[in-house]
Amino acid sequence: MGLEQKAGDLGIVTTSLETVVNWSRSNAMWPLLFGLACCAIEMMGSQSANYDLSRFGMEINRASPRQADLMIVAGRVSRKMAPVVRRLYDQMSDPKWVIAMGDCAACGGVFNNYAIVQGVDEVIPVDVYVAGCPPRPEALIDGIVQLHAKVHRMKLDGSIRQPVRV
Amino acid sequence: MNHAAIVARLRAYDPGAILDEREFRGQLSVTVRPESILGVMQFLRDDVELGYQFLENLCAVDYLGREPRFEVVYHLLSFTRRHRLCIKVGLPEQSPAVDSLTGIWPTANYQEREAYDLFGITFVGHPSLERIMMPDDWQGHPLRKDVPLGGEEVAFTFNQARIDARKPYARD
Repeated sequence: MGLEQKAGDLGIVTTSLETVVNWSRSNAMWPLLFGLACCAIEMMGSQSANYDLSRFGMEINRASPRQADLMIVAGRVSRKMAPVVRRLYDQMSDPKWVIAMGDCAACGGVFNNYAIVQGVDEVIPVDVYVAGCPPRPEALIDGIVQLHAKVHRMKLDGSIRQPVRV
Repeated sequence: MNHAAIVARLRAYDPGAILDEREFRGQLSVTVRPESILGVMQFLRDDVELGYQFLENLCAVDYLGREPRFEVVYHLLSFTRRHRLCIKVGLPEQSPAVDSLTGIWPTANYQEREAYDLFGITFVGHPSLERIMMPDDWQGHPLRKDVPLGGEEVAFTFNQARIDARKPYARD
């Protein structure tokens, strides 16, 4: 809509390469089809019609880590599952992002015991933590929007541009 | 057949096997010497009068500070007589071991592995006594009462920095 008016009849938009790359990365970020516990139900809920994650270009869950850009760790990670999570993360191709969804994935939640990893950040690096037990779909979508904002700040070498504080 | 008759029949089979018998809320539980568990179970299953064909459940309990410290509990069910029986075996703190029941009931296989994994009780004669729940490289047996309860100190504002410095964060 606005693009044609801005570009006029030229059919050309000038921008930086960084912006285009980040724009394409953030608008087709495919999550890995991967749920560990009850948070996965809310994740499915946020992808279904009422909340409709496809507004953000994320409607398609990839069952193969090779095709996924984003891992949503939805649920508690047991010590026996931790090597599997790490392996799936290693199999994802760069660039890749991780959302720790829910209290259990973020810090162990109520499961402060021998069997559960106390925060999935002990196993894989996490970009966004979403609080809640489980988080409502709105909270997950907010986390995803935060992640998109982070992607928009990425430089081409992979480092993150710090926001200018006035 | 009432509870006294069941115990009497068991005593007639092996007088020295029964250490204790209790009845609580209509359930009969019999404590058996660990050495004679295999014969007693075989008798309970194959005897026509008793006929406990089904091993419903096998679990372990840790009574820390008591001797015998460990107890393996078997729940038997007789389909024909619609009766349940609880058999208990006390095991010492040092190297607790009891005969495996996999030869009598194949269903004992996984349940004995679970008791071995979480309590460290050895089941002699088990075909593959390996961990079933915890990772293979796990040290210790987590459901023992002397294992610490929590996985990590709970973080508040006053100790968060200390916990954070110790936490093993993953890298790319």
